[in-house]
Amino acid sequence: MILKDLASLEGLKLLNEDIDLNKEIESVYIGDLLSWVMAHAGKGSAWITVQTHMNIIAVAVLLEMSCIILPENIKAEENTLARASEEGIAVFTTPLDAYKIACEFKERL
Amino acid sequence: MADTYEMTFNVGSRDFSSAGDASRTIKRTLKQLGVDSSIIRRIAIASYEAEMNIAIHSLGGKIDLLIDGDRIFVETEDYGPGIENVDLAMTEGWSTAGHEIREMGFGAGMGLPNMKKCADEFYIESEVPTGTKIKMIFNI
Ligand SMILES: Nc1ncnc2c1ncn2[C@@H]1O[C@H](COP(=O)(O)OP(=O)(O)OP(=O)(O)O)[C@@H](O)[C@H]1O
Ligand SMILES: [Mg+2]
Repeated sequence: MILKDLASLEGLKLLNEDIDLNKEIESVYIGDLLSWVMAHAGKGSAWITVQTHMNIIAVAVLLEMSCIILPENIKAEENTLARASEEGIAVFTTPLDAYKIACEFKERL
Repeated sequence: MADTYEMTFNVGSRDFSSAGDASRTIKRTLKQLGVDSSIIRRIAIASYEAEMNIAIHSLGGKIDLLIDGDRIFVETEDYGPGIENVDLAMTEGWSTAGHEIREMGFGAGMGLPNMKKCADEFYIESEVPTGTKIKMIFNI
């Protein structure tokens, strides 16, 4: 599936601009400990995390992730979003929790 | 590919707004040079962990990227305070990161073990209070 296909996820909102929504999502990874994520998340993954500071963008870029999804209506800081746009990383938020987001993916991936 | 290529990046202490920039530039450079993507991934992970450790745990330092024929060297050096017990620091899960740092998602105690796993050769040398030096070699 591609980022565009996420549109049907409940209450999903893209938080930043200038994003290519045709990027492929290959898998999902859930985690908040950055060096753990760094060691285990795959390329092209949609990353579900509660972290919102700028360093998540560095992690996403280095691992070539497809996007970041913030669960439970978490909002990212402005400088995080600005950096995300510069690097072409989509940052979404949704009212769903990480478990429910993962369940939604199970149907689609 | 060019025979030798060298770049140096300064890494500031607690400078979280630019933390990760050196690793990103390293990744981009290696991509431009046509290095195999699975090797780039290992180098990106290792240099990111090294960069964050300098930013979080040290008084500041630098990262050197050196490409020499069929080997890529990532070498770091910081200005202190050094690591008291390197064997302990290399243990998975061991961290001295404080509360604030952990809240940002650092402090799993996985950075140094990640570096060692990613590199083909890994050397660490540390002296209190002078600083820490790490040398990682990746075979292309
Ligand atoms: N450059 C450094 N200078 C001083 N101490 C360091 C340095 N690098 C690592 N350390 C020490 O070694 C410990 C382990 O480092 P490691 O990178 O494995 O984990 P961490 O940085 O604490 O957490 P993580 O990398 O998982 O976010 C650190 O908590 C710190 O005490
Ligand atoms: Mg670390």
